[in-house]
Amino acid sequence: MQIKKSLAISETGFVFDPSTGDSYTLNPIGLEIIKLLQEGKSRDAITKVMTQMYDVDSHTFERYYYDFLGMLKQMQLVKTDE
Amino acid sequence: MSKVKVTVATSGLNNVDSPGPGISVIRGIRDSMDIMPRIVGLAYENLEPGPYMHEHVDKTYKVPYPSEGVEFLLDRISYIHGKEHIDVLIPNFDSEIFVFVKLAGKLKEMGINTFLPTLSQFEERHKSNLPQFGEKYDIQVPDSRPVTSLSDLDELREKSGITFPYLVKGKFYDAHVAYNSEQAKIYFNSVSAKWGLPVIIQEFIKGTEVNVASLGDGKGNTIGAVPMRKQYITDNGKAWGGITLDDPSMLEFTHHVMKATRWRGGMELELIRTSDNELYLIEINPRLPAWVYLAVAAGQNLPEALVKMAMGKDVPVFEDYDIGKMFIRYSYDMICELSEFQKLSTTGEL
Repeated sequence: MQIKKSLAISETGFVFDPSTGDSYTLNPIGLEIIKLLQEGKSRDAITKVMTQMYDVDSHTFERYYYDFLGMLKQMQLVKTDE
Repeated sequence: MSKVKVTVATSGLNNVDSPGPGISVIRGIRDSMDIMPRIVGLAYENLEPGPYMHEHVDKTYKVPYPSEGVEFLLDRISYIHGKEHIDVLIPNFDSEIFVFVKLAGKLKEMGINTFLPTLSQFEERHKSNLPQFGEKYDIQVPDSRPVTSLSDLDELREKSGITFPYLVKGKFYDAHVAYNSEQAKIYFNSVSAKWGLPVIIQEFIKGTEVNVASLGDGKGNTIGAVPMRKQYITDNGKAWGGITLDDPSMLEFTHHVMKATRWRGGMELELIRTSDNELYLIEINPRLPAWVYLAVAAGQNLPEALVKMAMGKDVPVFEDYDIGKMFIRYSYDMICELSEFQKLSTTGEL
């Protein structure tokens, strides 16, 4: 899954979609994940980073990860050809 | 470079909760690096805020409503011109533009420039003509029907296939979503009492409303266009906050409308973007919108360009604008002296 290239994401977790004018606020974990997605990291790579950094096992993380991706899709923040 | 002195007369000074475009247009003109404007306000009511906003409006004259007779309006403009030597006149109300389009030739003879659409351009984009407009120019529009009586409403379903919910719209302003025939009748009565007949019934397109402020040169070129999405909408359906968008499809849509119609003057496109990313044209307003100062702030001074074009000057096409520029409208209790109100009420000038 690729994040829309046009998204403006600030260091404070403010996300602005210039094509719709919508804006969102991410918590610090969401911000980290979306940055990793922007870098083009795979699910496995993201899981590895997050499980190393935080006290979470890969199974639990992936459950929340897919929830998060579902939300990004619903908010149309991912590329439409995905 | 020294600025050129230009006297601009403009209406739409009702800077209230459902504002006219006058003050935004004036702010744009005052921001010009080339024009030193004298702003002459044309007011219809004593309590329009514009006449009392002396930082924006230099002098105000009351003018008669066009419905009182074109001759009275022309006489009044002639009187004002005698005193002020108007270079450019910008009407900002949908309801007066028809009259000024018809008077444009006479005004020109008097030395007053306008930059307005032609009568046929103005007429064909009426809400009641939207289906024909869409077909003629290959533009996606919702089905719309003019109705003139409550019995027309009852027959609507059989004749047009428009089903609930649908929009009940005034010919100039006002729009309500009706979910059943009782609501439709209530809205028909209120809208027709306020704006006259016909009332427009329009298919309800579900989606996000987006708008474009634009300016056409009358030769098919788009001089400028800025797309915006309303972020906060009042009970009247007016934008209280908005943001400029990066949306090439809206610009393409605008260029197509401008090219096809060879529109001359300011224009606001009201569009609905559906969840399938399709754009429907729901309305064309034949003037710059009340939020046009957002376009100015985003880098396209459309009011200034309009003044220059009215004076016969060539203006470069705006290629760019700031994306994510926002406006937030606010209310402000302006304190005014009774003497000023009295002067405008009794002498018709302030």
